[in-house]
Amino acid sequence: MSTDALSNLLLEAALVVYAGAVLAYLAEILLAPGLDRVGVAHRRTLVGAAAETSTRAGAEADPGRVDPSASLPPTAGRWSERGERAGRLALPLLTLGSGLHLGAVVARGFAAGRAPWGNMFEFAVVGALVAAGVFLVLERRYEVRYLGVWVSAVVLGVLGFAVTVLYTEAGPLLPALRSTWLVIHVFAAILATGLFTIGALVSVLYLMADRQGPAAGRGRLGAYVSRLPDREALDRLAFRLHAVAFPIWTFAVMAGAIWAQYAWGRYWGWDPKETWAFVSWVAYAAYLHARVTAGWRGRGAAGIALVGYATMLFNFIGVNIFFTGFHSYAGL
Amino acid sequence: MTGTTTAAPDVMADDVRVGPRPARARDLMLWTWRQLTSMRVALVLLFLLAVASVPGSVFPQRRTNPVAVAGYVEAHPDLAPWLDRLSMFDVFGSPWFGAIYLLLFVSLVGCVVPRSFAHARALRARPPAAPQHLTRMRDHRSFDTPQKPVQALDAAAAALRRHRYRIDRTTATLSAERGYLRETGNLFFHVSLLLIIVGAAVGGLFGTRGTVVVLEGAGFTNTVTQYNDIAPGRLVDVADLPPFSLELVDFTATFATEGERRGTADEFVAEVRYRTAPGQPSTDRDIRVNAPLTIGRTDIHLLGHGYAPIFTVTDGAGTVVFSGAVPFLPADGNFLSTGVIKVPDAQPEQLGFSGFFLPTAMIDEQGPRSLFPEALNPAVVINVWKGDLGLDSGRPQSVFQLDTRSMEQVRDDGEFVTALLADGQALDLPDGLGSITYGGYVEWANLQVSSNPGLPILLGGAGLALVSVTLSLFIRRRRIWVRVTPVGAGGSVIEIAGLDRAHGGDLDTELDELAAATARPAGLGTGSKGSDPT
Repeated sequence: MSTDALSNLLLEAALVVYAGAVLAYLAEILLAPGLDRVGVAHRRTLVGAAAETSTRAGAEADPGRVDPSASLPPTAGRWSERGERAGRLALPLLTLGSGLHLGAVVARGFAAGRAPWGNMFEFAVVGALVAAGVFLVLERRYEVRYLGVWVSAVVLGVLGFAVTVLYTEAGPLLPALRSTWLVIHVFAAILATGLFTIGALVSVLYLMADRQGPAAGRGRLGAYVSRLPDREALDRLAFRLHAVAFPIWTFAVMAGAIWAQYAWGRYWGWDPKETWAFVSWVAYAAYLHARVTAGWRGRGAAGIALVGYATMLFNFIGVNIFFTGFHSYAGL
Repeated sequence: MTGTTTAAPDVMADDVRVGPRPARARDLMLWTWRQLTSMRVALVLLFLLAVASVPGSVFPQRRTNPVAVAGYVEAHPDLAPWLDRLSMFDVFGSPWFGAIYLLLFVSLVGCVVPRSFAHARALRARPPAAPQHLTRMRDHRSFDTPQKPVQALDAAAAALRRHRYRIDRTTATLSAERGYLRETGNLFFHVSLLLIIVGAAVGGLFGTRGTVVVLEGAGFTNTVTQYNDIAPGRLVDVADLPPFSLELVDFTATFATEGERRGTADEFVAEVRYRTAPGQPSTDRDIRVNAPLTIGRTDIHLLGHGYAPIFTVTDGAGTVVFSGAVPFLPADGNFLSTGVIKVPDAQPEQLGFSGFFLPTAMIDEQGPRSLFPEALNPAVVINVWKGDLGLDSGRPQSVFQLDTRSMEQVRDDGEFVTALLADGQALDLPDGLGSITYGGYVEWANLQVSSNPGLPILLGGAGLALVSVTLSLFIRRRRIWVRVTPVGAGGSVIEIAGLDRAHGGDLDTELDELAAATARPAGLGTGSKGSDPT
């Protein structure tokens, strides 16, 4: 079997395993009883990790909360047990999936005889791997189980989109792309994109938790949201992710400029990709400022982070479709 | 504008600055200044900057693609003049874009300068004195130790010093602070952005960029007249360009011949021979994509390439009135190229030819085509015009287009004269107009010659920005206080409290470690005397 075929096989296997992880995380959420004492207790353990706020969060969670377990059918307990058992499978599945995913990327690199991030397909595949990897690292350091369902779903979605729509055979690059700077510039961009992706997810969860507030939501989504850490902890996590991603993105843009100067004799030409990279940079700079500006903290900042992410997505997909420029050899 | 993460009320606490609008002129100016330098306005300006950039990616831009702009104007005759009035074809040079970033940088300077003074004071200042009641602070520890107060403080100071705290000691207290580099990084980051703007301006004023089409076997001397187009910086004296010269010895483009990538470029190599100045020895070098040639401070990049078919034109009088290679412009991926030949000296009438060059020629019901970008079966298709080329009319002309307003296409028996010519073939023109012979081709390279003295500043600014933004985001600013109260026979009660400028750090861990280090000092006899001082 050629390494190219091996890479594709590993990708397909990773897709299947990721799908399993999504199902496991979903089962855990959907089979859990609606809002009840278990949910509240669970919330406490989650918040306990974010130590200093646990008492406040507990106080928030308890009062005025109806106890719907009284009206639950007797089978509910069994279902939630199954859900928990499924949930225990989720992280190992996600870990296995990213292992296969990593194997696919390495095999692709050997098949193409170069760093495996030279076109949109490879960018998406490696970007999804970075997102999965960032989550696994976070999972070791913080209690971020609540993120699992979103991360695995996004990774699965991106990978599926890459394999079905963006797929390109492994091959050498255009002369213009054969440069060490491609390895540096594009990898930094992928790394930042992966981090911004997780950051955007946390910002969405922040807005969900903020919308729900201390008054309990209804149904299983409400139960899920009520198990999220408190808003401040989410805001902090979102900030940390963005704070790591921002210098990397800055570096990616600068490395691109250095490469452009070297390859084309102009470090910045306002081509559509560059323009949108700049727009994203400014948006995330605005996010960092908004976090310390009265009236913009919290919701406003989270909203700006999502606008920033939208510009990243547009730069990755929209710019390649709608505009032509110096970056239009991305292969779409 | 500064203050990416410090949540504590700092010099730039925007809430304080934005008050109601005052009536008196002097106050109004002050108020405007405060508004402009407030974080809220900086935030709005950042937004505007992002939004203002978007049209620059939507509409073609004159600086990068004037041809696309011309095409757009032609396609949208009603809309284009309005867009042009709004500078939509030159967004990044437009007054409103300039206004936004100018305001943003005024805001930045207005913020950085006072903050720099404040930070300079903070750097010289001692850590603030310990509050009276440390145990009332949110993060604190309190415990007894059998050590004497002075020993306990020694131990605490040593532990804090290991963590790079700046320490101020009194007989009963320690005040410690660390993380000054956070604000330093923050300020330097904003300064580095100014540096980048300065670098860009220096490049714009003192840099030069031009392009020149060089045929194989032909040369180029770095004087202003030799350029196809040149954009010298405002303060550049074009008579003073570095006196190098180069010759394009050979140009080779290779293309993939099979697979999905068939017809895409594999490699471009421009083999050049250059001299740094007249009379200097010559050097041979290859210029490739991603591998420019640098002569002194001038970079020479390979931007494009194409074919230049060679023609000989004989007029009705039998005189050779034109002979040479004519660069044709590639029009599609298989290098079907278009170009014109202008022969003003032809008798009895001026002649003009427009044509295609087909590197791998094929003619079928779809018309003349090229099947592959490499010259495997080269041929030209020629159409003939006669009349006045309009070269003396004063109207500016492109060398790639015929101005046919005063010309007529030559017919023979009512049919337009046209021919597909292979190497060495000639087309005889009717009515005694003469003939044209196609005699092979050479390749040409489009070289960009540029110099930019702003680059070192830009690179320095970029490096500084990267280091300083990292410092400003990851250095944690923290204060710790220790208070010792002697109790009993030689024992002490220790109170430790810590304060972070931003929440969510490892303050708890650090307080625990400090407490442990203070309780049992290393190297000193631990249980010196007296078991429980209470």
